[in-house]
Amino acid sequence: MSTTLLNVIFAVVAAIAFAALNAAYLVWAERRGAGRIQRRPGPNINGPLGLLQPPIDGLKLMAKQLMIPGGTDKVLFIAAPVLSMFPAIMSFVTIPFSSTIVARNMDVGLLMIFAFASSGSMALLFAGWSSRNKYAMMSAVRSVSQAVAYEIPMLITAMTIVMMTGTMNLMEIVNQQGPSILHWNIFPVFGNSHNLLMPFSFLIFFTCTLAETNRAPFDLGEAESELVAGFHIEYGSMGFGLFFMAEYANIVIGSCVTTILFLGGWHPPLPFLGFIPGVIWFLLKIYMLIATFIWIRWTFPRTTIYGLLNLSWKILIPLSLFNLLFTAGLLKVF
Amino acid sequence: MGAYFSEIFKGLWSLFIGMSITFREFFKPVVTVPYPYETLKMPERYRGHVELIEDEEGKPNCIVCMACERACPSNCISLDGEKPEGSKKKVLTKYRLDFTKCSLCGSCVEACKFNALTFSKEYNLASTRKEDFYFDLLQRLEDRNK
Repeated sequence: MSTTLLNVIFAVVAAIAFAALNAAYLVWAERRGAGRIQRRPGPNINGPLGLLQPPIDGLKLMAKQLMIPGGTDKVLFIAAPVLSMFPAIMSFVTIPFSSTIVARNMDVGLLMIFAFASSGSMALLFAGWSSRNKYAMMSAVRSVSQAVAYEIPMLITAMTIVMMTGTMNLMEIVNQQGPSILHWNIFPVFGNSHNLLMPFSFLIFFTCTLAETNRAPFDLGEAESELVAGFHIEYGSMGFGLFFMAEYANIVIGSCVTTILFLGGWHPPLPFLGFIPGVIWFLLKIYMLIATFIWIRWTFPRTTIYGLLNLSWKILIPLSLFNLLFTAGLLKVF
Repeated sequence: MGAYFSEIFKGLWSLFIGMSITFREFFKPVVTVPYPYETLKMPERYRGHVELIEDEEGKPNCIVCMACERACPSNCISLDGEKPEGSKKKVLTKYRLDFTKCSLCGSCVEACKFNALTFSKEYNLASTRKEDFYFDLLQRLEDRNK
């Protein structure tokens, strides 16, 4: 067996294991965090600090029977949960965890991640459509309109970064953000551009990531008070489990991309901290972003679908377009 | 145009204020009680089902005047007593409370002139059998003194 093939197999196994482990323990972190914010302990019965809760939940889901309700489109119904998990796993291929840990460094890595990210809403549409349930259908429609609305400002913001760095290669984008915190793209001082709007562009990107991953306060797709559970209403056992895992895997991907584009990837905040391996800095950054995701979820109530679309079309898209033009102007001048 | 931007910044600022509130809450201690493992002490004025009050010797204060039985609007109290040889006071021999009918109105406690009845602090009373709610208060008093 050639080393390339071994490399591929190792990367696939590592990506799936990383995604699954993260999904399992982010659920735990989410529940513990929600508990602390609401001044209660959260899951604490199974194992120390409730740490055995995720494997037990997983076993329960796997042991349940996979029910396919009558009148569904069977092929799409089974394909949807798999499809929802696959963009997240695929995106791990090109994400650099440090200057050496990357499965496949691609020149169009950023494009690839966004291409797969947009296929995620296809899974939601399939699930909603094939379930033959009005709530699921409603949720699918909402999810797609949300994905369309938020991909635009997200891609425009990503485009500003690409214009500044001149590359779509994620490794290259991170390399240009060394060596200290002042060179990260989020801060405008010594970075690639001297664009004062970069912190706002980070906020726009982060908001869009929240919306793209269907996280609260933008989880209109599974608004349980209106749509019961949204697109996965008819799913039980591991079908539901896959949707659940995909949600958390998408959060990890979103945080990875935000870290790479704005927070300097694996670079330490100060040059003398370089003795700590880059992968630790990278993981530290993504888990801080994920903690913010969880924190935001338990702070804000869900928006309405109109509020959600207004925010995108009336505020985020004009602002990100202005930011794009401003950056282009700056690049021309300096 | 100015209103558009001020709305955005006000909205954004309010989001940060909200997040600072939850951030502070995160580090405050837990206020809930893990119920089956720990229980709260019931407050002074909590009304559980009625309970007999004992005197110094561990005997009930009750003199079997039947005021509580008459006061009960749901007829859930039935008591009985006898006068032993050579004694002037009646002694309580039976005090049954049918808790399935009791509405915890407290009329019996109000009616008692001899400081013999009080509300207990009992609240873990779930059961699947009706018979579990026919209390023998005299028996409970003895169990308490064991």
